[in-house]
Amino acid sequence: MLKLDEIQRRLIAEIAGLHKVPIGAYNFRANSQLAGRNTTANIDITSKDDGSGIDIRVKDGTKNESVHIPVVLSASGIKETVYNDFYIGENCDVVIVAGCGIDNCGNQDSEHDGVHRFFVGKNSKVKYVEKHYGSGDGAGQKILNPLTEVSLNDDSIMEMEMVQIKGVDSTNRVTTAELKTGAKLIVRERLMTHGAQKAYSTYKITLNGENSGADVVSRGVAKGKSFQKLDLCVIGNAPCNGHTECDSIIMDEGKILAVPSLEANHVDAMLFHEAAIGKIAGEQLIKLMTLGLTEQEAEEQIISGFLK
Amino acid sequence: MLELRDIFFSVDKNEIIRGVNLTVENNKFVVITGPNGGGKSTLARLIMGIEKPTGGKIIFDGQDITDADITERAQFGISFAFQQPVRFKGIEVFDLLKLSAGGKLPFNKACDYLSAVGLCARDYINREVNSSLSGGEVKRIEIATILARKTKLSIFDEPEAGIDLWSFKHLIQIFEDMRKNIDGGSIVIISHQERILSIADEIIVLAEGQIKNRGAAEKILPEIINTESVLRECEKLKR
Repeated sequence: MLKLDEIQRRLIAEIAGLHKVPIGAYNFRANSQLAGRNTTANIDITSKDDGSGIDIRVKDGTKNESVHIPVVLSASGIKETVYNDFYIGENCDVVIVAGCGIDNCGNQDSEHDGVHRFFVGKNSKVKYVEKHYGSGDGAGQKILNPLTEVSLNDDSIMEMEMVQIKGVDSTNRVTTAELKTGAKLIVRERLMTHGAQKAYSTYKITLNGENSGADVVSRGVAKGKSFQKLDLCVIGNAPCNGHTECDSIIMDEGKILAVPSLEANHVDAMLFHEAAIGKIAGEQLIKLMTLGLTEQEAEEQIISGFLK
Repeated sequence: MLELRDIFFSVDKNEIIRGVNLTVENNKFVVITGPNGGGKSTLARLIMGIEKPTGGKIIFDGQDITDADITERAQFGISFAFQQPVRFKGIEVFDLLKLSAGGKLPFNKACDYLSAVGLCARDYINREVNSSLSGGEVKRIEIATILARKTKLSIFDEPEAGIDLWSFKHLIQIFEDMRKNIDGGSIVIISHQERILSIADEIIVLAEGQIKNRGAAEKILPEIINTESVLRECEKLKR
């Protein structure tokens, strides 16, 4: 049984789409306490000896299994740093759903800093989904600072879906990855900021192996007086392919700074970047209004499509 | 159904529409043609509410809609196909058709609308309406959104613009079918194409912001066939 209250269940539904206990391995953390854990024959979850986080070990050849590790904070004033290490064996195909939801109705800041390290074995495939969400209208800030380190062994593939839905006052997201021969990394980031929120997102992807490749696409919407800084860097040290894209919609008095960068250290490194920032095109609004939507409904449709 | 009373439209003292009076009855397929820069697209945009007239009145179904905005006009039963369809990142063809149909739309109905414009739903329904689609594809999807809306009045602004000749042949077929199934509604098309003009109930020639000529297609088409109001069909492709 999970030890979760109503607010915590709502946060779990927002970040992991879960309305009941998931099938497969899971580790639920609520207000810095373990709220439920399940392991399977192929996936083991153990607490670190010093209590600072968990180790997730996936056996070689594990296919079509999932791990859910959601974190929720519903008490005001919690500040925690959690270290989670994922050891994925060889020839695996697994889905990992993480994410953090904070509800802060109090006056003290709530902060969760998750440090995730992934060691992906040869020829394995990992889909990683991470959603961040904040709610509650207390004066206390909702702060999330995820640090993600990815190490991809030969011919492994990692697909990362990184989403900040709404309500996170401050975030500093740092993702680094190192890829060996034939490894592939696909990142789809979606960031929505509003009010006076600030979001910093930094990627440093290093392509070390022959035929390694990365495709990083970050889409952001900055509303209100919010600020986003996107810093996407790909380094090619071998014959490889790298592509980064920052694509942002700016609204109201929002501000966005996109800093794409490429570093090629090998003559056969093929690296590309694209960056675009702009407001919603007037013609897009008009088209949806000719279908009978109000201007506000049209705007919502355009943004939800953009951030899908 | 639609009545334009003494419509004027100007931008910075530049008069683009100069006193247009026009009535479009139910069950009519009306084609507006005329030289480029004559005000055709502006007139279409004035009917949809994308532009507001600087003078005159627009009456739709007996109601004065001159001050109604785009959304209201759409809800009253006017639809509009853009000359250059708008593209959206992340919005899929199915999403756009659902929005056009007013929310819910079963897959098989969406499939009907797409096949009516020569697109297979299996290949297109989950495609994003973004720059990965060709000019001909977005044009057909645009027309499918109008079919899904099922409005009393449908306006098409140069549906043939920007598409290849093969797609154009299918396009003519679509308009011939719409003509057959008009079912109490009205269709207004801005076009230069002889094939489209030839299936019109009425042709209106607009030049220098004024209606210069109007009447049944059999009467008007021979009068304008050798002017820039009509683009003749390619003789080789006719075969």
